[in-house]
Amino acid sequence: MSELIDKALKRPNLAVEIAGIKLRNPVMPASGTFGYGEEYAPFLDLEKIGAIVTKGLSLKPKAGNPTPRIAETTSGMLNAIGLQNVGIDAFVQHKMPFLRTVNTPVIANFFGNTLEEYGEVAKRLNDIPEIAAVELNISCPNVKQGGIVFGTDPKAASEVVTLVRKYLQKPLIVKLTPNVTDITVVARAVEEAGADAIACINTLTGMSVDIHTRKPRIANCTGGLSGPAIRPVAVRMVHQVVQTVSVPVIGIGGIVTPMDALEFLIVGARAIQVGTANFVDPTAMLTIIDGIEQFCIDEGIDDIHQLIGSLKF
Amino acid sequence: MLMRHSLIRESKQIMKNYRTKIISNQEISPGYFRMKVLAPGFGENAHPGQFVMFRVQRSLPPLLRRPFGIFRTGFLPADCDGLPPVEFVEIVYKVVGSGTSIMAELHQGDRVELLGPLGNGFDCTSRQGEKILVGGGIGLVPLYMLAGELIENGCSVRLLMGGRSRDDIFAVTEFERLGVETYISTDDGTLGEEGLVTQVLERKLQKYPAAEVYSCGPMAMLNAVHNICLEHNTPLQVSLEESMACGVGACLGCVVKGAGHTEEKPSYLCSCKVGPVFKSQYLDWSALAQNNSDCGGCA
Repeated sequence: MSELIDKALKRPNLAVEIAGIKLRNPVMPASGTFGYGEEYAPFLDLEKIGAIVTKGLSLKPKAGNPTPRIAETTSGMLNAIGLQNVGIDAFVQHKMPFLRTVNTPVIANFFGNTLEEYGEVAKRLNDIPEIAAVELNISCPNVKQGGIVFGTDPKAASEVVTLVRKYLQKPLIVKLTPNVTDITVVARAVEEAGADAIACINTLTGMSVDIHTRKPRIANCTGGLSGPAIRPVAVRMVHQVVQTVSVPVIGIGGIVTPMDALEFLIVGARAIQVGTANFVDPTAMLTIIDGIEQFCIDEGIDDIHQLIGSLKF
Repeated sequence: MLMRHSLIRESKQIMKNYRTKIISNQEISPGYFRMKVLAPGFGENAHPGQFVMFRVQRSLPPLLRRPFGIFRTGFLPADCDGLPPVEFVEIVYKVVGSGTSIMAELHQGDRVELLGPLGNGFDCTSRQGEKILVGGGIGLVPLYMLAGELIENGCSVRLLMGGRSRDDIFAVTEFERLGVETYISTDDGTLGEEGLVTQVLERKLQKYPAAEVYSCGPMAMLNAVHNICLEHNTPLQVSLEESMACGVGACLGCVVKGAGHTEEKPSYLCSCKVGPVFKSQYLDWSALAQNNSDCGGCA
């Protein structure tokens, strides 16, 4: 019915499908920048965004890294939070009840310290009916184990995806790190291992120094760089991955404005994630959705699929 | 995690993103500015000790918002145009970095955004007794609303104002108009007593041993205040200032170590959500004293 009304009003269709889940539009938060959804409920209607992506979950609660954990750099932000999260049990008990009340697909991001832990969390998440899809984090640069160890080696990446696949009937999105020589190698490996979609990029490893104290500005020494500073790198990598794999790609990296999001869609991202911009403006995703819609109207596009992958050479 | 929840006092938590305008922005002391921003409906939800995340300008840089303590809220007197009085929120800030330098250049009518009121403020439900407020420099800001509320509650309030020099002392008359007794000390003796504000605290606690203490200021000062209060067995609430990205508990960038934090059983508390005001016994003071970043980083 609403589709008919949209058509009558000549509103463009923004709905997309990722790995079998239907999103009302291609805009969702990046894991770790949106808490468990509830944190941002006072500021925006969670039923207007395409999906909710949770903070990365692990088997046991994780305390995260020492402080200071964040530092602003030119048009960017360095962070080394260290995947602090409540753990899967507390997530089910305290965070899911709220998420159940929201009529928007929930994507649970998760990670493990070991292969077994990845498998165990996947099993647990598979048992939660209200979770639409999971996003496997093999790309966090800020923890010693887990994450990036699996994400930088195509063989290890393939192994963890194969294992998780075994326990998971839900759609599986794999989130990749840009901190590799050739992202397409890892992308191909995880696609072959059974990923239903690929999300990229996670943060770029960076470092910043306080010249007066001569200490690193974050306690972990290095951190992940996010924000507008990384966007051109992200667009390039999303473009490369889109050219390499046939599964849908979710574009991430420094998206602040609707124009930023459109760049990713044009190079072929089926959906996009907004990260650091949520911190700057809690309503950023709504502005981006409205802006994409307006762009479609202005350009005479009635379905967003006409835009996705429309890059001209 | 359990402790974390029990720490959050009941508050209304009605926060909003205000896309709004500056009413005034004036330098009140070298390097210190006070800015009034139009904010209808802000006051009824704001609690002493809460803060706002301020977006300096729509363009970049700076990228992230900056946290600022709420100095006060109020209404401008109604104009003769018959329109209702205008509600504002007022912050006081010190120019310490690129963000606050841009803010200092803003004028009446400039568009800004602020998110708030945020965080968990002071517990000022106490209906009587002696209260001692200790503020260092920009740390005086959240104490103004606190003093007002405590006096309204029937408490007797003494404010110890400290700073490096007289430039760091502001709003003395306004505090006094609330009915607060003020004591000023500066490191260089350019205003009030020469020396540290904590020396004054020692004396006052000897005179008023049953007092409760509330404090905000540089970490070194807070740490000294904590030690003195510990010695006198005096209840203390402190307002911390940490760098943060979101202000709403999502980024987890502003955490501080809670009391009893160990490598095996870590306790990190979000200073934006559990704080910025903490009862001092809930904090790991040895870690705080070590991480003495002195708030310059957040602005």
